[in-house]
Amino acid sequence: MKKFEYIITEPVGIHARPAGMLVKAASVYKSSIMIEKDGKTADVKRLMALMALGVKCDEKATFTIEGTDEDIAVVELEAFCKENL
Amino acid sequence: MEKYIGKSVYKGISIGKIKILKKEVHNVERRHVEDIASEKKRFEEARQKATLQLKELYEKAVKEVGETSAAIFDIHQMMLEDMDYLDSIDNMIESQNINAEYAVAVTGDNFSSIFAAMDDEYMRERAVDVKDVSERLINILVNFNSQEFVLEEPTIIVADELTPSETVQLDKNKVVAFVTVHGSINSHTAILARMMSIPALVNTQMDLKYEWNGLLAVVDGNTGEFILEPTNEKLEEATVQVEKELEQKVLLEELKGKESITLDGTKVKIFSNIGSLSDIGNVLKNDAEGIGLFRSEFIYLGSDSYPTEEEQFQIYKKAAEIMGGKQVVIRTLDIGADKQVDYFNLDKEENPAMGYRAIRICLDRKEIFITQLRALFRASSFGNIAIMFPMIISVEEVDEIKSIVVKVKEELKSQGVKIGKVELGIMIETPAAVMISDLLAQKVDFFSIGTNDLTQYTLAIDRQNQKLDNIYNPHHQAVLRMIELVVQNAHKNGIWVGICGELGADLELTEQFLRIGIDELSVAPVFVLKLREKVRVLNLKDSKE
Repeated sequence: MKKFEYIITEPVGIHARPAGMLVKAASVYKSSIMIEKDGKTADVKRLMALMALGVKCDEKATFTIEGTDEDIAVVELEAFCKENL
Repeated sequence: MEKYIGKSVYKGISIGKIKILKKEVHNVERRHVEDIASEKKRFEEARQKATLQLKELYEKAVKEVGETSAAIFDIHQMMLEDMDYLDSIDNMIESQNINAEYAVAVTGDNFSSIFAAMDDEYMRERAVDVKDVSERLINILVNFNSQEFVLEEPTIIVADELTPSETVQLDKNKVVAFVTVHGSINSHTAILARMMSIPALVNTQMDLKYEWNGLLAVVDGNTGEFILEPTNEKLEEATVQVEKELEQKVLLEELKGKESITLDGTKVKIFSNIGSLSDIGNVLKNDAEGIGLFRSEFIYLGSDSYPTEEEQFQIYKKAAEIMGGKQVVIRTLDIGADKQVDYFNLDKEENPAMGYRAIRICLDRKEIFITQLRALFRASSFGNIAIMFPMIISVEEVDEIKSIVVKVKEELKSQGVKIGKVELGIMIETPAAVMISDLLAQKVDFFSIGTNDLTQYTLAIDRQNQKLDNIYNPHHQAVLRMIELVVQNAHKNGIWVGICGELGADLELTEQFLRIGIDELSVAPVFVLKLREKVRVLNLKDSKE
C-alpha cells in the first residue's frame, strides 16, 4: 500500500473539470485508488463520489493506492496532482 | 411596466424580446416490468445514444465557447459511465422490477440532492449537471424530442434555471441577456454570460409567466433590474445607454495588446492588484502588464492554521507560471488587529491601524516571516517574482529585513534550491517613509505607494469613520505633494516607483501622476483598459493647464 498527501491549489477545488481529469488519470491503473478528506473517503475512479467529497482549494487530501501497479501509480498520480490540481 | 430585481452576474444593459424557456416536465410513470434483461438492454441503448449526443454537443460547444467551457459535456459523458450512478439504476430495475426511465428519474434525484446539499456553492451547481444528464436519458427512453426553436431577433432568455445542454443549443448571435429565477454567480448561466459578455441576472425574485413570451424588456446588469414592458421614457434611456456601452466595449477591446503610452511617447506600466490565484483570470482577460500587488494575507485569512511553506510555495509558483515572464509583485503578510486571524492570537487593540501589524509582526515573530520568504524564493525560479514589504517606517527595519533575506537565500542555496532574480521593494504608506524616502531608496529596488493608508495617516482621518466622509479628500495637496517627493527621491537613486492604492485608478489624477514620473500604476483588473485608454490620449508635451 502506498500513500501521499496533497494540498489542492486549483482555485475552485476538485470540481467538475479537475475531477474528470483526475478520474481519467486514475482509471489507467489496476490498483484501487482512494482519496480521503476529513475522515471521509471516496473512490478516485468514481466521478460522482469524488465530486461529492467536495475537496476545496487549500484543503489537504490523502491518496491511498493499493494493487499490483501501486509503485508506478503513486509516483505518476502525485506528479499529476502537482501539475493539474 | 413591471420590475423585478435579481443578482447581477455581468454588468451591462440590454433590450430585447422575452423568450421563456420552461422545462417540459415529464411525469415519468412507474411501470412493472417482467423482462428485466430487455429493460436493462433498453437502458444501455439509451445510454449509448446519450453519449453520442453529448459528443456532438461537445464539438459544437468547443467551436462556440471554447474548450474550457465545453468541458462540461465531457464531464456529462463521464457521469454516464459512473459506476455508482449506473449501479443504482441497474439495482432498481432488477430488485424492484421497474422501468428504466423511472429508475433513472429516482437515481438522478438522489444524486442531485447530494450535490444540492453541499456547503460549497460551486459544488451545489453540479446538481444541475446530474439533472441535465438524467433528463437526457429520460427523453431518449420516452422517445421525446425536445423542441428546437429559432430565435429571430434580440432575445432575453428567461428561465427557472438553465442547464448546459440548454445554453449550448441557443443561437448566441441572438441572445442579448439572461434572467433566471434560481442560480448563483457560479451557475452555468453566469459563466456563459461572462463568456459572451452580456448582462445576466440570477436569483431573481419572480414567478415565471408564459404570457411574458414576446414582450419587450430591459435587463440592467448595473442595477440588477429586469423591466417588463418599459415606458417610452425608460426605453429611450436604456437605448442611449446600450449605444454608449457598445461604443465603449469596441474601444476597450481595441486597446488589448496595445502599449500604455501617451501621445508624446511616455510609457507607464499598468499592473493589477489581486487577492488570490482565482483573480488571475481577470488580470489576463483585461490585459494587465503584470501584477503590482498580490495581497498574500488572503492565504492566511482563508486558512485555519499557519499556511505551510509548501502550500505557499505552490500558490506563488502557480501565480508566477500563469503570468509567464510578466512581473508578479507579492506583498508579504499584512495583517493586524483589523484583519484578524484566530490562530495568530493577536490581542484586541484600541487603534489597530497604528498597532501590531504587517512587518512589525513579521520582524517580531520571525518564524512566520522566514516560512513565507522561503516559499517566495523557492517559487522565484518559476517566473518573475518581486517581493514587497508593507508598513515600513525606518531604515533599520529595511536593514533587518535584508539581513534575514540574505540568510534565507543562503540556506536555500545550500539545500540546492534554484533561486531566480528577485527585486525587493517596500510599500510607502506612512508619512515617515515618505520623509526618509531618499534614504530608503538607497536600500531597495522599487517603491510602491499605498495611497489608502498614506492618506489616512497623513490626514489623520479614520476611513471607517463615516462622520468624517465630508472632510476626507483623496486629492488633498498634502498627499499629492508626498507622492511627488517620493518619486523624486526614487528617481534620484535610479529605482522605479508605482502606486497600488485606489488613487492609481483615479482617472482625474492620471495626467498628474505621469507628469511627476510615476512608472507603474497597479489597479483592479476591471480598470486596466479604462486607464490605458486615458493614458493613450494624454500629451504631456502640451503645456499645463
